[in-house]
Amino acid sequence: MESLWFALVALMLVAYVVLDGFDLGAGIIHLLVAKTNEERQLVLRSIGPVWDGNEVWLLAAGGALYFAFPLLYASSFSGFYLPLMMVLWLLMLRGMGIELRSHVDDPLWRSFFDFIFSVSSLLLAVFFGVAIGNVVRGVPLNSEGYFFAALWTDLRVGPQPGVLDWYTVLIGLLSLAALAVHGAHYVALKTDGGVRDRSRRIASLGWYALIALTLLSLVATFSVRPQVIDNYKNSFIGWSVPLIVAASLGAMFHFLKQGRDLAAFLSSSTYLVGMLAGAAYGMYPTLLPASTDPALSLTIFNTKTGDYSLRVGLIWWIVGMLLAVGYFTFLYRFFRGKVTLEEGEGH
Amino acid sequence: MDDALIVHRLHFAFTITYHYLFPQLTMGLAPLIVILKTLAIRKKDERYNKAARFWMKVFGVNFLFGVITGIPMEFQFGTNWAKFSQYAGGVIATTLAMEGVFAFFLESAFLGLFLYGEKRLGQKWHWFSAFMVFVGSWLSAYFIIVTDAWMQHPVGYTIAADGSAHLTSFWALLFNPWVGWQYLHNMGGAVITGAFVMAAVGAFYVLSRRQEEYGRIFLRLGVTAAVIASVFQIFPSGDGQGKMVALHQPATLAAMEGLFKTEKGAPIAIVGQPNVAEQRLDNPILIPKALSFLTYNRWGAEVKGLDAYPRDQWPDNIPLLYFSYHIMVGLGTIFIAITLLAAFLLWRKRLYQARWMLWILMLSFPFPYIANTAGWMTAELGRQPWLVYGLMRTSEGFSPLVSAGNGWFTLLGFMGMYAVLSVIFLFLIWREIEHGPRFLKSAVKTEGAA
Repeated sequence: MESLWFALVALMLVAYVVLDGFDLGAGIIHLLVAKTNEERQLVLRSIGPVWDGNEVWLLAAGGALYFAFPLLYASSFSGFYLPLMMVLWLLMLRGMGIELRSHVDDPLWRSFFDFIFSVSSLLLAVFFGVAIGNVVRGVPLNSEGYFFAALWTDLRVGPQPGVLDWYTVLIGLLSLAALAVHGAHYVALKTDGGVRDRSRRIASLGWYALIALTLLSLVATFSVRPQVIDNYKNSFIGWSVPLIVAASLGAMFHFLKQGRDLAAFLSSSTYLVGMLAGAAYGMYPTLLPASTDPALSLTIFNTKTGDYSLRVGLIWWIVGMLLAVGYFTFLYRFFRGKVTLEEGEGH
Repeated sequence: MDDALIVHRLHFAFTITYHYLFPQLTMGLAPLIVILKTLAIRKKDERYNKAARFWMKVFGVNFLFGVITGIPMEFQFGTNWAKFSQYAGGVIATTLAMEGVFAFFLESAFLGLFLYGEKRLGQKWHWFSAFMVFVGSWLSAYFIIVTDAWMQHPVGYTIAADGSAHLTSFWALLFNPWVGWQYLHNMGGAVITGAFVMAAVGAFYVLSRRQEEYGRIFLRLGVTAAVIASVFQIFPSGDGQGKMVALHQPATLAAMEGLFKTEKGAPIAIVGQPNVAEQRLDNPILIPKALSFLTYNRWGAEVKGLDAYPRDQWPDNIPLLYFSYHIMVGLGTIFIAITLLAAFLLWRKRLYQARWMLWILMLSFPFPYIANTAGWMTAELGRQPWLVYGLMRTSEGFSPLVSAGNGWFTLLGFMGMYAVLSVIFLFLIWREIEHGPRFLKSAVKTEGAA
């Protein structure tokens, strides 16, 4: 049962990264692809009706994580206290940037919120990568399962690492590149003209960075945490992951050259799914490794909630998810197609 | 003030108090917007549609601020209250996760349609999206109230071998006897805020003689909703909630009322300052026997005072609890007086000319916010010294390794951030009110032209 919940929480986190990933990505490239007021309005329109719903996946995934593995939630949220608070502040700024920009028809107001939107999106992408890096690398857990992460120590991967070290920064950059490319594919798909051309250019330049960072982070992960290979040795299923990642990278390049935006966007979604699934598969059943003593690591077994809760949870989770998937399918179909400036209402 | 416990308490108190300024208006406006949309369709009157659209815009801004100040709440259970999360997660994480899965998805998906899709949806479906936003926001509140109710009156759990609470009955949790009145009382409070804000904007338009036809719509709906909700708030919901406290948290009741000594035929204090050192009320004005009657429906019933309970089970801030409660009840009583009078004038068709009444309505919108805040302070200060009533003390719940220094750092950060948010919020809402409903673009007209 706890293994199933591991998979469900991972699934929700993947859904979050793929969905909010494209609107974070749109934010990262916002100032680069859209130069005029009209163009920037287009980029914001493309994510306007959906970004809030996408962000809800983070809350829902966080809620499910807390539900299934309360000790992990208590330990990791209090341990990553400072970076999480910064993530909160960035999420707030970003929400304001997106929603408030078009409220006042004044170039200074708009430039200010464009800047806020873009910078907070960029930093969030890096922070999320750093977070994954920290979880893979491990933290100095004590015997009660708690820790408090310094923001940085000596930038090396040791038994007392900080939130930032060379490895987590590398994963942060990988995340930045991956989400920027993902966002570029999305914006290209949803727009026309100059914005689309520039987005496609960023997607193709970003592709090279993505290949390089993917390979580099793979090597780095094996050197920082060699145990991730163990699960792959035990079963063949795991080997589909690197194949999926490689295939999706190839497909992304191919479809980009052909100008098939939707296929390229789906390839980049597949790439994100593959990378995250690969990380989760390598981690299982560990949730948060201890850098001090491996025996102190938090796993799905020593952090799970009562079995009754998990069983009942499965029922309401399935019902709730079917409803949610229903709403979102409808929402995306409703707002499908290219965005233009004329159809606007509300804001 | 370098005590980590105090910092973590202030941290949560500050962020939740600020956060709740927004959802109370969203939850209060949501049903009123549904009513406006219904009137627009029923009466085929485009003015109601414009009125609905105006409040949608206010709702949209308000909802955004509710979301961005709400995300920190879910995080803080883990960041600042890790020991509590570890202890209680087996129970309350169910309702917190259910809020995400059932309410947040619903709300965010339909809000997108509601704000951006009126033209494409058509009127019937747009009404439906408004209705679903209303359902989502009220459902969200239900899960939060269930979570709080478990902390106030834990049910349906067992203590597992590792010392943490595990859920044993899903339905007992969802239908905790504490939930019913607390939920109704809370939602009544939200409707009071929504209705007072609507009436205040209406009064402003009528008093300043602009967009008066809309001002009248807002006054009609606002005053009607406000009078119903204000009466409902004292009886039955406030009465029911008070009896709940008397039954399950008798020490809290004594502290709220400032009753230090056990008495037969206990009075209610209208005015007075609790003097904890001397264990009495200073300068009291009392209504004899009223507390006994309200609590037990008998004038001579014995009500236990604080002296009946060991000192370490007294709420740890009795004066603040006492004043929160008295401010809430005092304002609630004033709301009934104002809204009954306004409703009477409305019924006699004299409200729009009664400028003195319009002035009162225009200026009174901040008070429901104060009353709602004071109400929540009563509930949560009343729960002290427990974090989970009778099971876990507040002093045992905070994160063991997050120091007071780090707590202050982020608390000050939130204060700075929220100061900026407040300025932007007031500016944006003021702009919407300045602009008003009359010149909003019509979605229906273009349908007719096409």
